[in-house]
Amino acid sequence: MDTWSFVALSGLLSLIVRWTVSLSSYSGAGKPPMFGDYEAQRHWQEVTFNLPIHKWYFNSTDNNLLYWGLDYPPLTAYHSLLCAYVAHLVNPDWVALKSSHGYESQAHKLFMRATVLAADLIVYIPAVFMYAFYFCEGSSKKKASFALSVLLFPGLILIDHGHFQYNCVSLGFALWGIFFIALQWDILGSFAFCFALNYKQMELYHSLPFFCYLLGKCLRKGLKGKGLILLIKIAVSVIMSFALCWLPFLLDTQQSLQVLRRLFPVDRGLFEDKVANTWCSLSVLIKMKTLLLPQTQVQLSFAATLLAALPSCTKLIFQPTISGFRLSLVNCSFAFFLFSFQVHEKSILLAALPVCLLIPEVPFMATWCLLVSTFSMLPLLLKDGLLLPYIVTSLAFLLVSITLLAVSGLTSVDDLKLTPLAHFIRKCAAWVKVESLAKSLFMLSVVSMAVLSVMSATLNPPSNLPDLFPVAVSLFSYLHFLAFFIYFSAVHLLESPNKEDQKKVS
Amino acid sequence: MAASTLVSWTWFSTLAIGVSLLKCLLIPTYRSTDFEVHRNWLAITQNLPVSQWYYEATSEWTLDYPPLFAWFEFFLSQFAKYFDKNMLEIKNLNYASEATVLFQRCSVIVSDILFIYAVRECCKCENGKKRSWDLLDRPVFILAVLLLWNFGLLIVDHIHFQYNGFLFGFLLLSVARVFQGRNMEGALLFSILLNLKHIYLYVAPAYGIYLLRSYCFTQHSPDNSIKWRSFHFLRFAGLGITVCFVFAISFGPFIAMGQLSQVLSRLFPFKRGLCHAYWAPNFWALYNVLDKALTILGLKLNLLQHEKISKASMTGGLVQEFHHTILPSVSPAVTLICTIAAITPAVFCLWKKPQGPIGFLRCLILCALASFMFGWHVHEKAILLAILPLSLLSVKSHTDAGLFIILSTTGHFSLFPLLFTAPELPLKILLMLLFTIFSVTSLQRLFRKDGKLLNTLEATYLTGLIPLEVFCEIIFPLTPLKAAFPFLPLLLTSVYCALGVTYSFIKLYVSMINYTEDGKHEKRH
Repeated sequence: MDTWSFVALSGLLSLIVRWTVSLSSYSGAGKPPMFGDYEAQRHWQEVTFNLPIHKWYFNSTDNNLLYWGLDYPPLTAYHSLLCAYVAHLVNPDWVALKSSHGYESQAHKLFMRATVLAADLIVYIPAVFMYAFYFCEGSSKKKASFALSVLLFPGLILIDHGHFQYNCVSLGFALWGIFFIALQWDILGSFAFCFALNYKQMELYHSLPFFCYLLGKCLRKGLKGKGLILLIKIAVSVIMSFALCWLPFLLDTQQSLQVLRRLFPVDRGLFEDKVANTWCSLSVLIKMKTLLLPQTQVQLSFAATLLAALPSCTKLIFQPTISGFRLSLVNCSFAFFLFSFQVHEKSILLAALPVCLLIPEVPFMATWCLLVSTFSMLPLLLKDGLLLPYIVTSLAFLLVSITLLAVSGLTSVDDLKLTPLAHFIRKCAAWVKVESLAKSLFMLSVVSMAVLSVMSATLNPPSNLPDLFPVAVSLFSYLHFLAFFIYFSAVHLLESPNKEDQKKVS
Repeated sequence: MAASTLVSWTWFSTLAIGVSLLKCLLIPTYRSTDFEVHRNWLAITQNLPVSQWYYEATSEWTLDYPPLFAWFEFFLSQFAKYFDKNMLEIKNLNYASEATVLFQRCSVIVSDILFIYAVRECCKCENGKKRSWDLLDRPVFILAVLLLWNFGLLIVDHIHFQYNGFLFGFLLLSVARVFQGRNMEGALLFSILLNLKHIYLYVAPAYGIYLLRSYCFTQHSPDNSIKWRSFHFLRFAGLGITVCFVFAISFGPFIAMGQLSQVLSRLFPFKRGLCHAYWAPNFWALYNVLDKALTILGLKLNLLQHEKISKASMTGGLVQEFHHTILPSVSPAVTLICTIAAITPAVFCLWKKPQGPIGFLRCLILCALASFMFGWHVHEKAILLAILPLSLLSVKSHTDAGLFIILSTTGHFSLFPLLFTAPELPLKILLMLLFTIFSVTSLQRLFRKDGKLLNTLEATYLTGLIPLEVFCEIIFPLTPLKAAFPFLPLLLTSVYCALGVTYSFIKLYVSMINYTEDGKHEKRH
């Protein structure tokens, strides 16, 4: 079959999965008084549509910030406004000021789901295909399998089309940024990434590698000649794109400060719910939240995050290669997820996106990591009533990765990109058979995930340990994420500097 | 050898598991009244003694499938208990708790295992030359996708709700057995199928004639005419006993209880109208429209008087009882005669010049299509009876591939009105596109040496479905026409598709006659 029909078929298949998932329940369905993320997005449409722009981020009688106040950057607000215009056209009740709080109906659900699908179709899906067809080596069949497996990653589908959010927009812009940078179109890449950052502040997880890669590139070109020009160009484009997004808020410093305060709520605590990161896992043993002052918590997490991201970033500055850039994106987002302040379980999607891009290089580890990242959100998905889509999409992803990517056969030291370690393993730990060890660990992990999923879904926890299953899930995932973080860091740090150059020559 | 076969079939299990997962995702979608029909049958077979099955009438959805299907429901009801006991109460009309939905949907998905097995057997018969090393270009792969991922089965069984996959499993398995030369098993499976759902009676002539001609007569003369002396009585008797045995198990108890006429009256309700509420895209749809057009023309030219025209025909409603104004009205007997007349040439060809299993399959498809074209109260879903077997032929020759694309596209499109709810609108369009794009591109690639599959006219006709869909689903609801002619989209859909179905019916007939004439030259095996 030709390339065009591959694209059409895999695109259609991923759209079908997205739409069928979206027929299930969403977060906070029928749960007054606060409802969930679905109501938050609807409320933002209501606020942006009815209030003048300078009142969006301020508390007022018409805009109670305690009821899902807008706390995302301006691009999200503009997107909400755009959706609100369409909503008003269809049914004005959907965005009526105040009276629409907690509005739920079949037609409205359909509308909201359609807006997510449209955003996905416009931003994220094309980015995946463009990336696959430019940067995945091999036949068009191989490229299509890669694109299909990225598009079928269950985590993003379940959160966007099940739970209800617009991560596909911010992640899509970030992916466009990565795509342009890989094409060496640095200016366009920084533009795209700034849009991502201005859509969702969580994209800061990806900012360090972008910064370090571009800085490293400028340094390599020489800060006195071409490098300086490139640096100025990039700086101007970043400032311009920020200015563009923040234009209505820049005229008044009060406005900008208020937006910033809304974006970074320092007083919300070290973590929320049960997250598979260091602080939440540690608090099983030590009650971090009560022991430390909020100020100390912020400082501690900030220091830990920087420290964790440091090795990968340093290497990237001195060796700005594309494969290093991709690995560094994984490492930095893991560092942020594991150590930073105020992490949500959904933030794992930010680490999952760059891991998706590593599927062609390290298919085995990448798919494993993606499966665990979906699993780590199980408590949230159960709360939203998304058990069936969770099971089905996870199994489908497993099926795709086993048959299309043949992951189970790719566990040798070379396949895991640990070639520099091969000598060491042979010498010091000859008894370790990497291939079978990786396979059996994978099997063990998948089976435990299945067992934990079934237990969480069916059993009632003992009354003295009501959070038993969420804690078990988050601890289990935390150990995995820590291991993946170490693994991907090792791959990045061990990567030989002239690999890319060799490729270019050959 | 065994190992290599194992490896080479992993793609098949991927396809099968993949489509089963998709079916699971469809669990929360829209369900038609057929869901309640089957729930009611579960309750009837579970609670009542066999003697009451065909008398029970608490629900309007009385048991109107043959006895073996009732037993199948009885079997399912044994498991239903463990999901939700309340669904087995006969008086619990329209009961649809979450557990009930889950159980019924899963019962369809699990019973489809038989279909998957049958498709595998059919694929094994597809031993055509391996034209390509690339798996995606092999006829076996294409055939497996065309059958397993069939759009019609997906939406009729897993959204609309029915057990067609399970039933088609029997049909395809019996066809596969005939292809493998295991005729007796084929006959057994087909008679079981007949006792599961009697709609398959339409293709029974093909089975009867083929088995009689090519199985009971063991030799042919050189000119293909029959050798009466080679009649193999044992085979004939074996077939007869097999068929009678199945029927005896199925209908025997009811005959013994003296309920045969009651059962038959439930199975063949001739009280329904010529066309279903929504016209299936067949000959009668064209006939009705012609009648309407003539009426309007007559009124315009003042050849007809307003008062004499019955109201129903003029309000444009697609009511059950349809009175023709100008053309003669049609009775069940007429449709029966038309159907028999349409089937006869095909069956005659099969008798006169047997072409082996391929000829049988061709005749089976023609029987299915002829009865769809001329039958009484035909459902649009019945088109699957022609589309699925035609998939088997589509990977064998260029002509049949083109035919398959026309018939499957129009036939599947005519299923669209089955799903009229808004959430399912994107789903049916996406699924349809998925299936159509795959079938067109893969079949075109398979026969790329023989030129284009569709000529310009055919391609234009099929592309016309897109504006038609846009008009029916998007433009029409926004126009004032909606209040005046609420049934216009249904009418347009059914007439437009009827053209395509009629065209493929005629073309298939022509190809059968051509095939019979110079079949010897084309024969591959």
